[in-house]
Amino acid sequence: MATNVIPVSLPEAGASGETGIWRVFRPVINKEKCVKCWLCWLYCQEEVISEGADGFPEIDYTYCKGCGMCANECPTKAIEMVPEGRGNSL
Amino acid sequence: MTAQASRLAEGGRWDIITANHAVAHAARLARVQVVPAYPITPQTTIVEYLADFIERGELDARYIRVESEHSAMAAAIGASTVGARAFTATASQGLLLMHEVLHWAVGARLPIGMAVVNRAVGPPWSIHVDHQDAISQRDTGWLQLFVSSNQEALDSVLMMYKVAESPDVLLPFMVCLDGFVLSHTYAPVNIPDQGDVDSFLPPYDPPHWRMDPDAPITYGNLVMPDQLYMEMRWSIDRASRAAKDRLKEISTEFAEKFGRYHGSAIYERWSQDSDYLMVASGTLASEAEVAIEELRREGESVGLVKIRLYRPFPGEEITELAAGKKGIIVVDRSVSFGHGGPLASDLRASLYHAEDRPPVVGFIAGLGGRDVRVRDLKAIFRSAKRKISEGVDRVSYWYGLKVREVGE
Repeated sequence: MATNVIPVSLPEAGASGETGIWRVFRPVINKEKCVKCWLCWLYCQEEVISEGADGFPEIDYTYCKGCGMCANECPTKAIEMVPEGRGNSL
Repeated sequence: MTAQASRLAEGGRWDIITANHAVAHAARLARVQVVPAYPITPQTTIVEYLADFIERGELDARYIRVESEHSAMAAAIGASTVGARAFTATASQGLLLMHEVLHWAVGARLPIGMAVVNRAVGPPWSIHVDHQDAISQRDTGWLQLFVSSNQEALDSVLMMYKVAESPDVLLPFMVCLDGFVLSHTYAPVNIPDQGDVDSFLPPYDPPHWRMDPDAPITYGNLVMPDQLYMEMRWSIDRASRAAKDRLKEISTEFAEKFGRYHGSAIYERWSQDSDYLMVASGTLASEAEVAIEELRREGESVGLVKIRLYRPFPGEEITELAAGKKGIIVVDRSVSFGHGGPLASDLRASLYHAEDRPPVVGFIAGLGGRDVRVRDLKAIFRSAKRKISEGVDRVSYWYGLKVREVGE
């Protein structure tokens, strides 16, 4: 049987590579303002938001593209989009 | 009685039908499972006949009435990804509207079947035959086969499904038939028995990938330049070349089973003992066959090469036949503006590396359905002979222009 090169990817984290390197603005959660409504988790198109050990939302910056959807949807404005490369890189 | 004749006598049933009806019978016999349908002259009756078959319970398939040809192909792609045998038909502007998704069907390696009823493209509006619609899809990766009779249209759909679904091919195919000259013209056609077709063409079972909700995958995700994009394209090119070998085997197998052989990548006649070869495809080629018969009776030494498979291109086959000839005459029913006839230039490129390389003279004829009769093809041959002795100075010459009307 001939080898056909077939571009199939399995649904797993990073199927398209480490997309966090695309990020220009990084969402940073202010836990003082966060009311744990989980709208950010619901709206995140990359599914990189999960529950952290402290019970607050946690963002996986390896794959977060920095689209800002979470910040836009946050009802208490608890997510700030911080420019990358200003002394706050991970 | 020869074995072939006895096979013909016992199998199938004869009817007098149009090529569009013959193509619909072929899709029915291939047990296609999904038919996305959008009407366009001169294709429309194909999907109408299929609607009839489904309504009468003679074909078990989903008939999807879509809102455009782009959607028709998108639906066929969806169907093929779950492992269904998909079929649609189109022509002219409809095929052009499909163009983007035609590339997708190839990249996704889906052996979708399609009948393209060749029709000129506008403007100006014309519903009559030429090959511009199909030739404009040349570089999509679809396997393209041109037929020149109603029977060949039926048989080719069956053969091409088998070629396309071969594990080393897995590419979509279009069977191209000339609008009106074949699509709406009645001729005797043998319609094979379902049992015979079933034993020739097994159900499609994708060997490479399929959409399955229980085992989810993504197809065609983003690839970066250092990943395997180029290798995927290379793999498609190799698969296209493999299709030519499969067609060779499968047309022989078909001939043994059904008693009919229309040629493989090419169909040739009198090519061995002739000084000149005349090359064309579709019904221009069957008309040329009659013209050549007359020319030979008149003492001319000329043979016929009918290009059936346009992609992959039968360059090696033609090169082999071309050795030692005094000249090759190519008649195109389409044009690559600013360069000449596509068949003529592809054929020239194939011959470039041959040691014994005869001159090639191209003609563009029959655009927009302008009639090309036996006497025209004989005139083309005589003109070509003159040009070959005087020297050929372009890819293709235009034949039969009403030069007085355009003031030249």
